[in-house]
Order: sequence, then C-alpha cells, then structure tokens
Amino acid sequence: MRNFLGVMRVWVALLLVVMAASAQAAANLEIDTPAISALRSSQQARHSLLASHYASGAVGLTRDGMIALRDASLVPLAQRGKVSEWVADENRDRAALYREIAQANGHPEWEAEIRATFAERWILKAPAGWYVQNARGEWVRK
Amino acid sequence: MRSRMMVVGAAAGCLLASCVTINIYFPAAAAEKAADKIIDEVWQLKKDSAGVESKVPGEEKAK
Repeated sequence: MRNFLGVMRVWVALLLVVMAASAQAAANLEIDTPAISALRSSQQARHSLLASHYASGAVGLTRDGMIALRDASLVPLAQRGKVSEWVADENRDRAALYREIAQANGHPEWEAEIRATFAERWILKAPAGWYVQNARGEWVRK
Repeated sequence: MRSRMMVVGAAAGCLLASCVTINIYFPAAAAEKAADKIIDEVWQLKKDSAGVESKVPGEEKAK
C-alpha cells in the first residue's frame, strides 16, 4: 500500500509538471531570440522608408504575408529602384521572421501557419487607405 | 493490488500523452498575440497596448 501511494505521488507530480509546461508553452510563442530581435529592428527601421509608399498605394500587402510593388508609376522615377530594393529586403526579412519564429519554438513545420497568421494580422492592422490583397489575390483599398 | 496499480498507471499515462499531444497542434491564439506584438513594433502602432510598453508621453516626443 505504501508503495502504491508512493507511485501515485510520483505520477501526480509528473502530471502537474507536464501540464504546467504545456500550459505555458500554449500561452506565448518565443519571439525574443537574438535573430528575431534583429529582424524586428531591421523591419522597424525600414518602415519609415516604406510608409509613404504604402500610403500612396505604390506598395501593398499581399495575402501571403509579404509586400509587393503593385504600382511603380506612383513612385517618382528616380526613386523606383530604391523602393523595389526595399520591398525585396522587406520580403527577405519577413520570410526569415516566419522561419525564425517557427524554429525558435521548436516547430519548423509551423512556418506556413505562422506566415498565414501574420498575413491576416498585417492586413487587419493596416491603416485605411493602404492596398491589401483579398482572398482572391485582387488588390483592394482599405 | 497489482492490477489496480496498472490501471492507475495506464490512466495517468493516457493523461500525460494527451498533454503532450496538445503541444503538437499549432497554438493559433499565441501566434496571433505574437504577430500583433511584432506588427505594433514594426509599424510603431499604439504604444499604450495593455501597458506592455509604458512609454512616457514626453519620451515619445523627444524621439
């Protein structure tokens, strides 16, 4: 009987530990690794360059969590090269961000779902006037 | 006695397995929260969200 109680106690303790760990893992995703922080600040710095082009409609948010130069004619000719460079840089950072978050949380296979979540939230949080892609891939002005 | 222990052991094992299984599923709510935090930071949206970033108004102006 004493043996039985001992085994039970160990089981309950083990269960509590596992449940606490899984509850914590579910509450938050790890987004504070050095790699992710570097991407976040690089994207934040780039945003000040891109902001006016989102507002003009030259650059829009795609449905797959990226950005695109949707109407180059809205960018002054002299700036066009720079803007498409920034768009490419931003997309590189975004792809790396989704990949790094999945990896930092021990589930590289979550990358696509993380990207899909971001895609939805970028579009949801975009200010009125910006161009975003709808589910059919058409550009719509928010 | 022995069979009772085995039943309890098996039950506890199932419970433990189910806890582990939960973690394999994609945590959609947590991902949304993480995305919102990063997007707010990158686009410099609301600084007062849930008091996470408690910025003094004067500090923002100085930037």
